[in-house]
This record gives sequence, structure tokens and C-alpha cells, in this order.
Amino acid sequence: MSARLPVVEKILGANERLAAINRARLDAAGVYSLNFMASPGAGKTSLIEHTVKRLAGQLNIAVIDGDIATSIDADRAAAAGATAVQINTGGECHLDAAMLQDALLQMDLSNIHLLIVENVGNLVCPASFPLGTHHSVLIASTPEGDDKPYKYPGMYRGVDALIINKIDLLPYISFEMDYFRQGVELLNPGLVTLSLSCRTGEGLDAWLDWVKARVSAARNPSPES
Amino acid sequence: MHELPVTESILEISLRHATAAGAKQITDVYLVIGQLASIVDDSVQFYWDIVSKDTPAEGAKLHFRRIPTELLCLDCNIRYKPAPMEMGCPTCDGVHVKVIAGEEFYLESIQVED
Repeated sequence: MSARLPVVEKILGANERLAAINRARLDAAGVYSLNFMASPGAGKTSLIEHTVKRLAGQLNIAVIDGDIATSIDADRAAAAGATAVQINTGGECHLDAAMLQDALLQMDLSNIHLLIVENVGNLVCPASFPLGTHHSVLIASTPEGDDKPYKYPGMYRGVDALIINKIDLLPYISFEMDYFRQGVELLNPGLVTLSLSCRTGEGLDAWLDWVKARVSAARNPSPES
Repeated sequence: MHELPVTESILEISLRHATAAGAKQITDVYLVIGQLASIVDDSVQFYWDIVSKDTPAEGAKLHFRRIPTELLCLDCNIRYKPAPMEMGCPTCDGVHVKVIAGEEFYLESIQVED
């Protein structure tokens, strides 16, 4: 006999359940966490290096690096002074909550204030797989072009903060900041946006202040925040 | 492109529901997918034929119901379906929008035989 069974279940519901478990583990350890997403070459690892070096002595930072292959990025984060773990996805184009769960089990989270998860460089797939981190940060870079919000709406809609990196290159390339920002505003009204250059250091202080404020708010929640 | 893990998840959900109902064979799987979900139907079907082999779902047909993107302009309260690469309101050029439809991504039902 043939029958139609109603299911109505989210296709990626299993990932969302694991993400919730990851969040609970991070909360229990008192760790504030960020998911860094960007296209390849936007400056995720460079921003991590600067963040780790500049906040040394103020925050204990751990880094989980996702890449298809190699441990180059985790090595760079470790050299900068972070506790680092590399995840090789073996071809997968994004990290998922199960991979983060495995990586968290390899880490001693005690005494860690901030965990930065560096996702696989990709503006499409990582947006569909929440990891359980507290906030998502998208790192855009000016040479990618000002049309990226329009072409990758899923990514721009889902993030909590936006970094515009490589602003030192603006005099040399065609990048209409107003057009770019209008696309961002359409997709994610009021999104926290910070412009900086990892190469010159311009704008880095505002980013570091934002990170410190977020870590502080997570560790000392007040009724006002 | 992340159709493989998506397809594996569709199979896991289908088999779990079929087993719970005591069904022996899954013949059809009905999916509801919004236009904003970056999934290619043909790729999912391609992976499905591989991952469902030697399971009670082998040979099942996948049906995709696509939901077009629909936005609400928060400035003039008009609902509209945007053209590709366009998001702003065609009526008032407003840029404050809310997604009403297009993000759906779920398995609606399965057809089974016992």
C-alpha cells in the first residue's frame, strides 16, 4: 500500500541542533566566539594575526582554522601567539557544526576569552551552516569589487558585523563605496561596519575596541546590554 | 556548492521517517526550497542517486517545489518579487526591506510503500 507521510523537517536541522550544543559548550566555558567568513584572499588570516598580536596580554585567544588542505593558516595564527587548531575539510567548501564540535574537543577552553573560527574562504556555503558561534563577521576587501553584496545576498544578510579590508588600495581601484554600502544596507540594515587596512594598520583600533567590548559584554552581562 | 551534505541530510530524514512508519520503500521525496537557498536541483538529484543506493530510498524521485523570493518594503508597505540582482523597492526605491518568502529549506513529505 502506498501512503504519503508528512515530514516538515528542516533539511539542515541536524546542523542547527549541533550548533546549539557548541554554543552551550562555549557559554559554559565562558568563551566568546566569532565566525570569520570571507572570500579567499580577503584577509581573514591577516586580521587574525593582527588581532592576536595586538591583544596579547589582554585576552587569551584561540583560533580554529578551516581549510580544504594544509595547516598554513593555523601555523600563522600560532606564530602570532594564539592557541590554534586546524580543521582540514578534505574538500568540503565550508565548516559545519560537527567539524567545530570535533575541534572544540581538541582544545582546552579554560582560560580562553575569545575563540575565532576562520571558515573556509567562500561567500556562498558557509552562510548556510551556522556553527554555534556568538557572532558572524564578514571580511570584505576592496579589490573584490563593490558588487559583492548584490551577488552574494545570503552571506551579507546573515552576518553581525562587516569589515571592509584593504582600504589603502582605494585610490588605485574602481570601488564605489556608496554603491557597496547601499547593497549592504538593503540586505542588512544598520549592520556594524568597520573599514580598515591590515597592511597599514589604519582602522585596526576601532576593530580591536569592538572585539574587546563584545568579549567584555559576553563575560559580564549587565541588564542594560 | 554543498549539495552532498544537503543530500545526505535529506536521505537521513527520509529514512528515519519511513522506518518510524514501518514502511519498506520510499518512492518519492517532496522538498520545498526557497529561491534564496543556494541549491542546484540537478546536483542534489545526482548525489541522491549515489547516496540512496542500497537503501529503502533507492530509486525514489525527488520533487522540488521552488518558492520565489518575496520582499516587503518597510517604507511603503508594498510586497514585491524582486528581479535578479535587484532588492530595492520598485515602487518607492526604498532600501529597507524584509524577506517574506524565499528562505524555505525543508522536507515536506515522503511517499512510501509497505
